[in-house]
Amino acid sequence: MAEAHPSRSEPPPASTIGAFGWLRRNLFSSPFNIALTVLALYLLYLAVPPLLRWALLDATWSGDSREACRANGGACWVFIRVNFEQFIYGFYPEAQRWRVNTALLLLILGAAPLFARAVPVKFKARLGLGLLVIYPLIAFVLFKGGLFGLRVVDTSRWGGLLLTLVIAGVGMTAALPLGVLLALGRRSRMPAIQTLCVTFIELWRGVPLITVLFMSSVMLPLFLPAGMNFDKLLRALIGVTLFQSAYMAEVVRGGLQAIPKGQFEAAAALGLGYWKTMALIVLPQALKLVIPGIVNTFIALFKDTSLVLIIGLFDLMNIVHNATTNPAWLGFSTEGYVFAATVYWLFCFGMSRYSQNLEKRLHTGHKR
Amino acid sequence: MAAYTLTPARPSFWNNPEIRAIAFQIVALAATVAFGYYLFENTQTNLRRLGIASGFDFLSSSSGFGILQSLIPYSETSSYGRVFWVALLNTLLVSALGIVLATLLGFVIGIARLSKNWLIAKLALTYIETFRNIPLLLQIFFWYFAVLRAMPSPRQSLSVGEAVFLNIRGLYLPAPQLQPGFGWVLAALGLALVLVAILVRWAHRRQLGTGRQFPAISVSLALLLGLPLLAFWLTGSPLVWQVPELHGFNFQGGLAIIPEMASLLLALSIYTAAFIAEIVRAGIQAVSHGQTEASFSLGLNPSLTLRLIILPQALRVIIPPLTSQYLNLIKNSSLAAAIGYPDLVAAFAGTVLNQTGQAIECIAITMAVYLTISLLISLLMNGYNRRVALVER
Repeated sequence: MAEAHPSRSEPPPASTIGAFGWLRRNLFSSPFNIALTVLALYLLYLAVPPLLRWALLDATWSGDSREACRANGGACWVFIRVNFEQFIYGFYPEAQRWRVNTALLLLILGAAPLFARAVPVKFKARLGLGLLVIYPLIAFVLFKGGLFGLRVVDTSRWGGLLLTLVIAGVGMTAALPLGVLLALGRRSRMPAIQTLCVTFIELWRGVPLITVLFMSSVMLPLFLPAGMNFDKLLRALIGVTLFQSAYMAEVVRGGLQAIPKGQFEAAAALGLGYWKTMALIVLPQALKLVIPGIVNTFIALFKDTSLVLIIGLFDLMNIVHNATTNPAWLGFSTEGYVFAATVYWLFCFGMSRYSQNLEKRLHTGHKR
Repeated sequence: MAAYTLTPARPSFWNNPEIRAIAFQIVALAATVAFGYYLFENTQTNLRRLGIASGFDFLSSSSGFGILQSLIPYSETSSYGRVFWVALLNTLLVSALGIVLATLLGFVIGIARLSKNWLIAKLALTYIETFRNIPLLLQIFFWYFAVLRAMPSPRQSLSVGEAVFLNIRGLYLPAPQLQPGFGWVLAALGLALVLVAILVRWAHRRQLGTGRQFPAISVSLALLLGLPLLAFWLTGSPLVWQVPELHGFNFQGGLAIIPEMASLLLALSIYTAAFIAEIVRAGIQAVSHGQTEASFSLGLNPSLTLRLIILPQALRVIIPPLTSQYLNLIKNSSLAAAIGYPDLVAAFAGTVLNQTGQAIECIAITMAVYLTISLLISLLMNGYNRRVALVER
């Protein structure tokens, strides 16, 4: 009887594995694909070398006046270096800048445990809540001064990245709870509450932020009793917060609608009242569902802080723009805008990456 | 044996949820009304103190300032009411053009993002991640101050084929000049449209009746292009392109696009396209692969599969967020105020408000316009959504 000897299996063809196989599959699989690859390479050839030459190779890095940039054709990063402190702190008095740094350091130290996996959740929750309540007070006292012998620094001198972060931070911490309340109101069974919330939300969502800021700067003085005056920064903060809370409400409502009725019924069967049902059963699930939406709103808020330029606040955007119109540094607006764009981009991209990470970590259901 | 009656315990008066709800609503309404009244009272006092007469009479008085760009006749003697219409048309113009450009660019990039070609997909991803994470205002400033304001003077204009010119004053394009006889071309186009409508209906009925298909799309395209072209040729080409020419210090003739408009349009379309691309990608990915396989197994070819199976389902997912992007674009066009493009916010809520001091009226009109546009488009979209929504048990 003959024995069957299976012949040894051949290795896969060299053209389907390794780097060569990858290239064939992803870049040269069909004539159309080849054409696309060539087109993409041509576009890259057009864009990348000049960009690299401008930003790095021909750029000027050292020196302290515009004359230093004359010789090279590329970017003049000296402009950024000379103005860097102003871009970060605005017109905050130089001798007092340690206060801003201290506040930032405190924030980093305080928030670091929140991001560490080893710290127990319960401690994180308490720390987070504490930070939310106490940190703004500390930061406000440090920035503004007037207590403990700190010199008063008027809010009109706050500027640059500091101001952008202040507006974004306050806006985010205030817009989320407000948005949750509005969303609950919109889903409420009380007709009056529902109407009020729907009107509020649709009104703010229907108009551009710029008109809201306009309104807060020209109409607020008319609305308030004579002599009572609001800080310009506070007006911007109120405008940005109310505006984004309407968007936040719609995001949260999406999450609330996705929670099955059984959850409400189970909570009622356990004897929980409205607020306990919401706080312990519904909101934790609903908010988890809409993390991407919440972070998108945060990102939109962060980008929208640049609009405070309209009412004359010197945030990062405005201070960079202001520096480009400085007669001593005319002609370097591209460098200025590229710098500002990079800063905004880092924050926004960082937030979106973190939210994707968070989504993955909080996904407690079955993964497919 | 004692009989137990099972009546639920009556909650005490203040614990009754219904009574609580009513009390809560009364308090909320009273607080809102009181707050509104407080604002109204303050405003009345302040207006009296500042000597501002409220009302809309100012709309008929003469404005006395010029506007960079207007689609309807306007001069410095025109009324403030006229300024409103000029500004509104400018807003609508830049929004409409922006929506068209952003949609085209967004769909191309969204599809490129799903390309099997690794390089193309990564390029699209880079585009999306770059532009949607930079504030729109910064992009507008970049195009306006760093690019268009840095263009050469009219004498050293950049030009494409001596017909299109770009300089610090703006972009100059050849303008089409209609000659007498062009009406025939338009009439031919109208005729073609009617014929196409009849043809499509007939082809559909024939397919339902006999199962035989008719190449309706290619015949319609031929009609739509052929008839007007034929009329154009027969009437002796009644269309002349007026090319801009340099006279003295500036270009005369042609179609001039002011730099404010060009940079606003560029930034709006590039920014919004990044968001539309993500929406398109998500919509296409939302149609499960099983649909494609089922369609192939029924014998439909790839183009029919795309047209009849994938697109209708993807559009159902794409349309609602796409609409909200359109709304965002319209609202974002108000950033024009920052570079001085005379839109509703810049010209009306800005210049008119500053000249007349009628803050409440100007802001209220401006907000009402945006609110109306938003609600109108939302209504339309809700109607559309109801029509295409999945019908379930």
